[in-house]
Amino acid sequence: MRLEVLLTLLVLWELVADLSVKENKQLVVNLTILFFGIITLSGFIPSANATLFGSMYISDELRFLLKNILNLSTLIILMQSTGWLKKPENRSKTGAFYLLIFSTLIGMDFMISAGDFLMLYLGLELATLPLTILAAFDKKVRRSAEAGIKLMMSSAVSSAVMLFGLSLIYGVYGTLHFSEIALLRDTSTLSVLALVFFMAGLGFKLSLVPFHLWTADVYEGSPMPITSYFSVVSKGAALFTLMLVLFRVFADQPRVWILTAYSLSITTMVVGNLFALRQQNLKRFMAFSSITQAGFMMLGFVNSEVLGMSTIIYFMLIYSLSNLAVFGVLSIVCNATNKERMDDFNGFYTTNPRLSLVLLLALFSLAGIPPVAGFFGKFFLFTAAAAQGMYILVFIAVLNATVSLYYYLLVVKAMFINKNESPIPTLSVSGYEKIALSICVLGIVMIGFLSTVYNYVLHVSG
Amino acid sequence: MNPLLFLLIIPLLTIVGIAMVNDLAKVRWVSAIGMSAQLLISFVLLYLFYQQRSSGNTDDMLFVSTATWYESFNIQLKFGVDGISISMILLTSIVTFSGMFVSWQVEFLRKEFFISLIILAGGVFGFFISLDLFTMFLFYEMAVIPMYLLIGIWGSGPKEYSAMKLTLLLMGGSALLLVGLLGIYFNSAPEGGKLTFDLTEIAKVHIPLSAQLFFFPFTFIGFGVLGALFPFHTWSPDGHASAPTAVSMLHAGVLMKLGGYGCFRVAMYLLPEAAHSLAWIFIILTTISVVYGAFGAIWQKDLKYINAYSSVSHCGLVLFALLMMNETATTGAILQMISHGLMTALFFALIGMIYGRTHTRMINEMGGLMKVIPFLSVVYVIAGLASLGLPGLSGFVAEMTIFVGSFQHTDTFHRVATILACSSIVITAVYILRVVGILLLGPIKNNHYLELQDAQWFEKLSGVTLVVSIAIIGMSPFWLSSLIREPLNQMINHLTN
Repeated sequence: MRLEVLLTLLVLWELVADLSVKENKQLVVNLTILFFGIITLSGFIPSANATLFGSMYISDELRFLLKNILNLSTLIILMQSTGWLKKPENRSKTGAFYLLIFSTLIGMDFMISAGDFLMLYLGLELATLPLTILAAFDKKVRRSAEAGIKLMMSSAVSSAVMLFGLSLIYGVYGTLHFSEIALLRDTSTLSVLALVFFMAGLGFKLSLVPFHLWTADVYEGSPMPITSYFSVVSKGAALFTLMLVLFRVFADQPRVWILTAYSLSITTMVVGNLFALRQQNLKRFMAFSSITQAGFMMLGFVNSEVLGMSTIIYFMLIYSLSNLAVFGVLSIVCNATNKERMDDFNGFYTTNPRLSLVLLLALFSLAGIPPVAGFFGKFFLFTAAAAQGMYILVFIAVLNATVSLYYYLLVVKAMFINKNESPIPTLSVSGYEKIALSICVLGIVMIGFLSTVYNYVLHVSG
Repeated sequence: MNPLLFLLIIPLLTIVGIAMVNDLAKVRWVSAIGMSAQLLISFVLLYLFYQQRSSGNTDDMLFVSTATWYESFNIQLKFGVDGISISMILLTSIVTFSGMFVSWQVEFLRKEFFISLIILAGGVFGFFISLDLFTMFLFYEMAVIPMYLLIGIWGSGPKEYSAMKLTLLLMGGSALLLVGLLGIYFNSAPEGGKLTFDLTEIAKVHIPLSAQLFFFPFTFIGFGVLGALFPFHTWSPDGHASAPTAVSMLHAGVLMKLGGYGCFRVAMYLLPEAAHSLAWIFIILTTISVVYGAFGAIWQKDLKYINAYSSVSHCGLVLFALLMMNETATTGAILQMISHGLMTALFFALIGMIYGRTHTRMINEMGGLMKVIPFLSVVYVIAGLASLGLPGLSGFVAEMTIFVGSFQHTDTFHRVATILACSSIVITAVYILRVVGILLLGPIKNNHYLELQDAQWFEKLSGVTLVVSIAIIGMSPFWLSSLIREPLNQMINHLTN
């Protein structure tokens, strides 16, 4: 509970700070990052397993790990957003930005810690509503307002679908409590339907195909830090919630959700890839790339044992760092030049060699090229699926990984090979941005080699 | 400390060294020193290997060191070598060494060029010393990916297209391979017990036949793509033609050998029964590779394309010989890998040097080069003669052994395949002699060729290294064949029983 309490305090503090500090917004930024850094660190203090509110709220080592991953990603995003907040049109919105971000984060923490579908739904709504405001944060930009509305609509639909699923679950099991449902076994058609509706509801958040249609537009319209928040933290929370519910609550009847995950995985990978191939806007590009990656994540769900769960978490961790590195570089470029098209990056290496190398590593990690961490994440996911004998699925997935390599290489090609008369000028990188990128790069390079990371994840998910 | 680890540490140190040097002129010296050290280590390794053997160590694999990496998957960092891998390591270090000197005059982004090249070489070294399928796969992919940048940035012609085609086809191959490896892994403990990626452990296990039949094509084609197996060879001509010289050398000389080595050591060795029952399909494909590659080379006008198609033919011959699965033929296959590695590297080096002078690779536009650049021309003739199998040079030994071995099969199918494959020798002679005739002899077609300079010292060094190696293998092949005999015997026994 400590993370949620501390975050709530931080939200309150943001309110006060926003009102009292008029001119020196940089102070607010610094203090916020400092406070949130402390909160992130506090997540690493070990604590005993506990439940609250009649076990509607569960806290254990696994859930702390999941929240830590989200916190770490959010911290990186906060550091990357400093450049964007410095812009004159955003300065006045500093407090609001933090307020909304932390509110969604509290919601996500409740989603993960939920011990009851009601609590889960509550957390989900708390996480969703501020996100729609964030998507429309550039309120004078039409695309941003459009993104907000689109997200609002699709969130409402997905909530409805999910609520329908939850009501069916209540109808079948007579309870919404995780621990009670886990003891009951029901294989009726209705329970299958309930589960599928529930997965569809979260599928919207995860942007699984066919629930992905909002993704590209919202990603493109939202300001860069928020796009990056969507693709990493919001997606991570949805993934973790889905994972906890399926692996912990419906563990005894895996057949239903394995088949669903199987088909969702294939459609998501294939459709995400096909659309990513021709994108020129890098935000849209990253949107489809993140859809494809969500397809890979679904691979882990076909293995209903510890192996499946641990590889999902491990993959998500690596995906977060890689994606954040990409968005880090994109936001530095976008803040300075407002450029976000792929051909704007032609000749990027000649002017910004370090940033190009960071982007190269991150893209290779997303594509799953050794020796960077993405390779290990993908390999273990494939192993988890192959352990169930689903070699055809693995084959389709690896082929998709190859296709995804094609479009990741297009960016590499733009940076390193294509010539440009007037490339993006040499950019200065602020201290916060440097720290954020260093954390990402360090993670991308080291996580694969240090087997302790995976061993820890495995230990916790066991 | 295990001497094998030096093979990984030295490239790593060299990369760090290059990254730290600021003066661009010193970059190439750092790389040269690093790769010379690597060559030296390889010979020391050979010496230590003989020493171990003569002191009565009869283990299959020497210098084995194991460290657990991922305990839950039983992934280990397990390194070790036998005669075959030692000879591959020697080949790699010789080709890398001369490739380094061929690239002496690379100006554009020199630092990045050498770093990528050394990453490529490091991946290859790692692959050959790995005894664990996971690390093997890791190094395999690590060797493939720098190719994209190397061809894309420093290549010529339609370089972006070729680079993308090559990378995607090879990565597609590794998609097949990954499925195959996972299949092997999950069948590596049929009687219960711990699953393992360990090559030597899996060899002791009997994998169920149905699984073998399912996964053999995945594994064999997966590696076969890199070995230019028909119809997955199409990356090779474009890739080689567009690549900068040193990359063509390393790629045709070494990286394609990864394919043959992997087909033998992983696909056939670990899935022996499937190899027997499915060999006929792949014998047909490789026979097509051999003949088609040779015919392809006849029609080409670009020097690099000629050599690339000839590589398809020669590497097809390697896989062809391996699939014959008897001792003589497989010995020939290994010899052919080394021989082809050396001479194709020499070819590409020479083509690069000639191109650097004449600025064209079209044979019709050149002529009479023997008169103006005699050193390069003579070396070119030597390489050509080795390629068409002149006795005294390495090509003869290898091809002779292969065909003697494959003739030991008396059934019609193998006979026909062998005879067809044999015809490639004649076709090879046609395209080699045609090129030598047009390119080197005859009148000088362009007056500006009269001012061409012959080889400079680094070019000579690079060429001589390779020529000497080819000649040594051609004249005294027995040390090499005795080096590879023991592991081959053991592997063939495993395959036939």
